[in-house]
Amino acid sequence: MALPALDSPRWQGTASAFLYGMRSVTTTILTAVLFATYVGIGALAHDTHFSLFWALLSTALIWAGPAQIILLAALGSGATVIQAALAVGVSGIRLFPMVVSVLPMLRTPETRKRQLILPSHFIAVTLWVECFCLLPMVPRDRRIVFVNGLGTGLVVICLTATWIGYHLAANLPPLFGAAILLLTPLAFLLSTARNCKQPADVVALVLGLALFPVVSWFDTGVDILISGISAGTIAYGVHRWRRR
Amino acid sequence: MSDLQAFIGDWHALIILVLAGFLPNEVWRMLGLWLGGGIDEEADILVWVRAVATAILAGVIAQILVHPPGALATVPSPLRYGSVLFGVLVFLGFKRSIFAGVACGELMMVGGKYWMG
Repeated sequence: MALPALDSPRWQGTASAFLYGMRSVTTTILTAVLFATYVGIGALAHDTHFSLFWALLSTALIWAGPAQIILLAALGSGATVIQAALAVGVSGIRLFPMVVSVLPMLRTPETRKRQLILPSHFIAVTLWVECFCLLPMVPRDRRIVFVNGLGTGLVVICLTATWIGYHLAANLPPLFGAAILLLTPLAFLLSTARNCKQPADVVALVLGLALFPVVSWFDTGVDILISGISAGTIAYGVHRWRRR
Repeated sequence: MSDLQAFIGDWHALIILVLAGFLPNEVWRMLGLWLGGGIDEEADILVWVRAVATAILAGVIAQILVHPPGALATVPSPLRYGSVLFGVLVFLGFKRSIFAGVACGELMMVGGKYWMG
């Protein structure tokens, strides 16, 4: 589905801009990956003995696949609330620079901060990638509404997938469950690799992958934080060194 | 237990969801909203933040592969790592297509598991 031209009168209504955003979920293969991932999260929630409402609420409130998988895995393996919160909190740090880099594309001089709360909540890897592709085709004063539509569309699809996965869980062959859980690392690795623009990004990605198993051998509880900050800082050092 | 009670489940679990799932994740988005406004898009500090964020995401990916949750734990580690490596190689070989990489990585894992019985 193509979006109307930037100066088209079809952008004028708030409702139509919202609907264009919602319909844009069909333009990307990432929506299908996201759907399958959330079928897996629904099934995982069922197998860890959480309620359906819990699973749906975690999709709507957390809205980040890896954080939900980490939370389920931590609570399922008997970790304390603090350990689980720490693991989720560390995995969420990546959302900070994503929000920081998307907001300048949404803002106009008249924009209030509270108008940006909902778009900020929707930001996760998929929406972040889509914003860079789609927003240049959306008039600036319609972008917040458009992103709210896109985010709402994605959340509705993922709530449906969570619901389906939760009900299917008991009937899913284990091989299917394993295949769905492998989707998250594969899709995240490849979409991050495609977003690598500078050598520093590549260094951060490769070193981050390599350092985690080393650090996790010490089992500190904040392994991802240690390997992430070390690898990221080395990558930043490479960036500084190359610029000299 | 009524249907509604079964649907909603235990209140404790919902509070844990908010405390251990929602808040520690959402705080980063809201910090990005409140603090990010003043950061220049080209600022050097943002290069560092982005590099750390990328490396942390890499760590999250590695964590799911090294300590796999649920059914993924039934896949032997050489097959898990091999499938992801194969997916990356296909991605690099086929014009950086995320779809081709994901599909081939998945096929290798499913095929390998099926072959091993």
